Amino acid sequence: MSAISLRNVKKAYGKNEVVHGVDFEAAAGEFVVILGPSGCGKSTLLRMVAGLESVTAGDIEIGGRVVNALEPRERGCAMVFQNYALYPHMSVADNIGYSLKVAGVPRSTRETRVKAVAESLGLGEFLRRKPGQLSGGQRQRVAMGRAMIREPLVFLYDEPLSNLDAKLRVAMRVEIRRLHQKLGTTTLFVTHDQVEAMTLADRIVVMNKGVIEQVGTPADVYHRPQSTYVASFIGAPGMNILPARLGAGSSLLLLDDGQTVDLAGHPGGSDLPNEVHVGIRAESISLANHGRGVRAKVHFTEELGSSRLLHAEVGSTPIIVSSKDAGIIEPGAEVNLELPPDSLHFFNPDSGRRIAH
Amino acid sequence: MIERTPILNAVTQVVLLVMLFVILVPFWMVFAAASHDFVTVNRVPMPLWPGGHLYENLSEVWIKGNFGTALTNSLISSVLVTVGKVFLASITAFSIVFFRYRARMLVFWAIFITLMLPLEVRIVPTYAVAANVLSPLQQMLNLLGFQLVLPEWNLLNTYAGLVLPLVATATGTFLYRQFYLTIPKDLAEAAKMDGAGPLRFYWQILMPLSRSNMAALAAIMFVYAWNQYLWPLLVITDQANYATATMQLQKMVPEGFGEPPVWNTAMAATLIVLVPPAIVSILLQRLIVRGLITTEK
Ligand SMILES: Nc1ncnc2c1ncn2[C@@H]1O[C@H](COP(=O)(O)OP(=O)(O)OP(=O)(O)O)[C@@H](O)[C@H]1O
Ligand SMILES: [Mg+2]
Repeated sequence: MSAISLRNVKKAYGKNEVVHGVDFEAAAGEFVVILGPSGCGKSTLLRMVAGLESVTAGDIEIGGRVVNALEPRERGCAMVFQNYALYPHMSVADNIGYSLKVAGVPRSTRETRVKAVAESLGLGEFLRRKPGQLSGGQRQRVAMGRAMIREPLVFLYDEPLSNLDAKLRVAMRVEIRRLHQKLGTTTLFVTHDQVEAMTLADRIVVMNKGVIEQVGTPADVYHRPQSTYVASFIGAPGMNILPARLGAGSSLLLLDDGQTVDLAGHPGGSDLPNEVHVGIRAESISLANHGRGVRAKVHFTEELGSSRLLHAEVGSTPIIVSSKDAGIIEPGAEVNLELPPDSLHFFNPDSGRRIAH
Repeated sequence: MIERTPILNAVTQVVLLVMLFVILVPFWMVFAAASHDFVTVNRVPMPLWPGGHLYENLSEVWIKGNFGTALTNSLISSVLVTVGKVFLASITAFSIVFFRYRARMLVFWAIFITLMLPLEVRIVPTYAVAANVLSPLQQMLNLLGFQLVLPEWNLLNTYAGLVLPLVATATGTFLYRQFYLTIPKDLAEAAKMDGAGPLRFYWQILMPLSRSNMAALAAIMFVYAWNQYLWPLLVITDQANYATATMQLQKMVPEGFGEPPVWNTAMAATLIVLVPPAIVSILLQRLIVRGLITTEK
């Protein structure tokens, strides 16, 4: 049974529709990350699941029950907010235990449970402090404790790490993952950071402008992007997309400046349409000897330590190449790039959707 | 701001001291006048150094002005007005800020407009209602053609009559609205997720957070209520039992032709009347400051 299921969920503010019919299911215990750029409707979607926002059309089911008309507290969700939203006048213990207090749990039970949750998050010594006297990471943990103590059916996180510095973000990421392994609670996690999504998710839901572009495991989304949008959004850097036309006998590919790529060896080369967008990951491209592959002009190189990124142009199309062994290449120099046929992805140039295989 | 401007600092200090002096002089004169006997206080110029008759004047005027009863009346009605105003303002603003309903802005502006209608402006209709609470209803019934005669019910010579017309407050509602607007939306949502209903959120989260706000409003409103003069004069006719401190104070100031001005006892009465609001202000001031210091993000 799926823990959460959304069926054709829509949200409109007045006449302005911002979520256009979302369908997806999360299995019990699954960690699902909703990934997308700012303004694509991720928070709106999450808040509809939480019950903080009404659903314009469609159904939301949690644990097999349609919850559209239920109050947030009746849905069995707990939420962690981006700005923590801790009660400033309450101590850490009171913050964590507030939902129990509201539910009328007797003080002694409450105290033991608060203590247990706080210990498990390493907050044991801060119970008497006010949120104002904690660091960002500690506040984040309090917010998580407040969600955990309710033992919810579903955890909802709305960009919980975006206010933390880079190092702490990595640490908290590990902690959230560890927590999920321990509790096994179904989780929806919203972020615009694809690294966060890749590292945390069992499955990623990639959203764009209020629609789902793709749902899949991190590997799936990375290796078999279903649209040019997903291809260029996922990965750092995103996938290179080059417009192309099929040449004679479908074995040659003409890039926009007339250069060709040999398609021999690509499994589905023959049933491609005439016009395509070709995608290739930066690390799939290698530097070739003079006279082979495709010529490109280098603009600059980015040093990443373990490798270098060459920012270049084929004809007028930008292309990024990741190389471990490229030497220093002067800006303006020409290089030859090898685009292996079996690393190529093909997309429909009009719809942006992947062409099968 | 951190600046190194010794001259400016000195000037600021001097200005502050001058202001303090200007503010304190009248109080000092009240105190000094209240401590002299009748002859000394009428000497020209009046001595600015206190004399030895303070206690004598105070006890004389305490009896003469029936201040035991008057202070109690003032205290009860001012506390009720203050509590009522704070409660009403906070819950009205709560509705305006945290709920989405059609008439929201209309209600807000309607309240806001009453800033232009202080009690003094609407005192005649207010008195008419206080003298017969059901009269607006009666008139409406008559207008609609009903022949029902409602019983007469008046608030004259009651605490309710003293308090109710003063309780509604546009200023306080506005103050609270501005404060609520600074509270992050997430906080209300977090409380919702934790299962707290609106009233619980209001009581357990908004009220504690608005403590310093509340203290400021209460201090202002207590003094306002304490200083009411015109309204009690109208609504209280049984002055032996229901007179307020300000009403009694007025009687201590000599009026009528040819009577000698007994400024020493008048000032002693003034001293008595101004002590309670001063104490309230000072006490609440501490709370306001404490609230400001412990403010958290
Ligand atoms: N209360 C509202 N009224 C009108 N439009 C809204 C409201 N809330 C959100 N929107 C619109 O809905 C769209 C999606 O907003 P949402 O907050 O879900 O984006 P998001 O994906 O969470 O972005 P971010 O990463 O910046 O948080 C935006 O275009 C936004 O302007
Ligand atoms: Mg958002």
